[in-house]
Amino acid sequence: MDFELMINSFPKLLNAAVVTLKLLSVSLIVGLFIGLLFAILRLNKNIFINKFAYGYSYVFRGTPLLVQIFIIYFGLGQIESLRYSFLWLILKEPYWCAIIAFALNTGAYTSEILRSAFQTIKPGIIEAGKSLGISNKIIFYKVQIPIAIRQSLPAYGNEIILMLKGTSLASTVTLMDLTGVAKYIISTTFKPIEVFIVAGGIYLFMTFIIHNLIKFLEKKYSY
Amino acid sequence: MELLAFGDTGWGDELFRATLMTIAVSITAMLIGFSFAAIFTPLKLSKFKFLNLIANIYTTVIRGVPELLVIYLFFFGGSGAIMFVASMFGYNEYIEINAFVTGSFAIGIISGAYSTEVFRGAIQSIDKGQFEAAKVLGFSKFKQFYKIVLPQMLRLAIPNLSNIWQITLKDTSLISVTGLVEIMRQSYIAAGSTRDPLFFYSFAAVLYLSLTFISMKLINKLEVKYSRGY
Repeated sequence: MDFELMINSFPKLLNAAVVTLKLLSVSLIVGLFIGLLFAILRLNKNIFINKFAYGYSYVFRGTPLLVQIFIIYFGLGQIESLRYSFLWLILKEPYWCAIIAFALNTGAYTSEILRSAFQTIKPGIIEAGKSLGISNKIIFYKVQIPIAIRQSLPAYGNEIILMLKGTSLASTVTLMDLTGVAKYIISTTFKPIEVFIVAGGIYLFMTFIIHNLIKFLEKKYSY
Repeated sequence: MELLAFGDTGWGDELFRATLMTIAVSITAMLIGFSFAAIFTPLKLSKFKFLNLIANIYTTVIRGVPELLVIYLFFFGGSGAIMFVASMFGYNEYIEINAFVTGSFAIGIISGAYSTEVFRGAIQSIDKGQFEAAKVLGFSKFKQFYKIVLPQMLRLAIPNLSNIWQITLKDTSLISVTGLVEIMRQSYIAAGSTRDPLFFYSFAAVLYLSLTFISMKLINKLEVKYSRGY
């Protein structure tokens, strides 16, 4: 055990963990909106809209995240018209490519979580709202969404943790996140176990915080 | 389309072999995972707090740490660890373990942590009376497991195991960082030499989608088989 290396690499890895957290939070926020949008589309009665939303979540859940990142980072640059459009400002940055891939991926999972939450809402609650003369829109925003959010908290907590682990793939497109820095230190010092303990410890700590935060929210919003 | 031709002109045969490699790694990893689960599930259910602790550390650490980090640990640390063990037996030459073994071990340990949780849940949800009835009827521990616990456990575990299979299948794409030529690595090579990454990575996505689609169909059949009588 090389304790000196562990102590020396700790601040470097901690700095890299900030990158990981940034990637995670931005993609979760964007992914939540995508997920909510597609969950609503999934509940639409129009079969084409419905099938489109299902196809989206099927494709993104059925392929590895690595493929999705590579298509966006390496693949999209090949389309000539894209390279000359303003989108290229975003797509040439590995940081934004990773975030787009993560957001689309977590959006697919989130849409499934929210859809099943919407479907478990008892019809009686919606009927009660209707009989009180509340408009459909208000029922949706004030009744269905809060209940669905409460219902999906445990599953969404798992999704956040999966996404935290997913952000490690950013290191494959040259981003120096926690895993990227860990790999760099391992390949320069050839001390994989020490670095794994420190980097793994930081990841576990983040998982622990997220887990407890979700537990706290579950308790707060329980009824 | 000619990019996918079989033979020397296209990448069809290479990608086909890579697909077989992905399937082989996934199945090996899944089986390694089952053997880990076979060790750690009893520990989780044991009465001894210390054994529980060991199993809990295994599942918590592996499920809380990114797959890629575990793969790097095995990739960079695997041959070192084997050489250390070998040196205790007096063998001091350099040993290199191939990418297939490291890869399937790394993925296997990850899927084993998830399988352990699934098996634990399945066993715990079997009615207690079943165990008592087996005891009363004088079944040996071994027979009790094979004739009573296992069939009921499988019925409950198969839907979750099919999720784990999907996760494992997708995780194998990460082994490409170690240089093992599976779908992702082959697409990377093909994309590099033809300068057509969009096509090859999209094709890789199609390959993964078809693998998950076909395996879902097969697992559904298995599910029907094991839920006979319910």
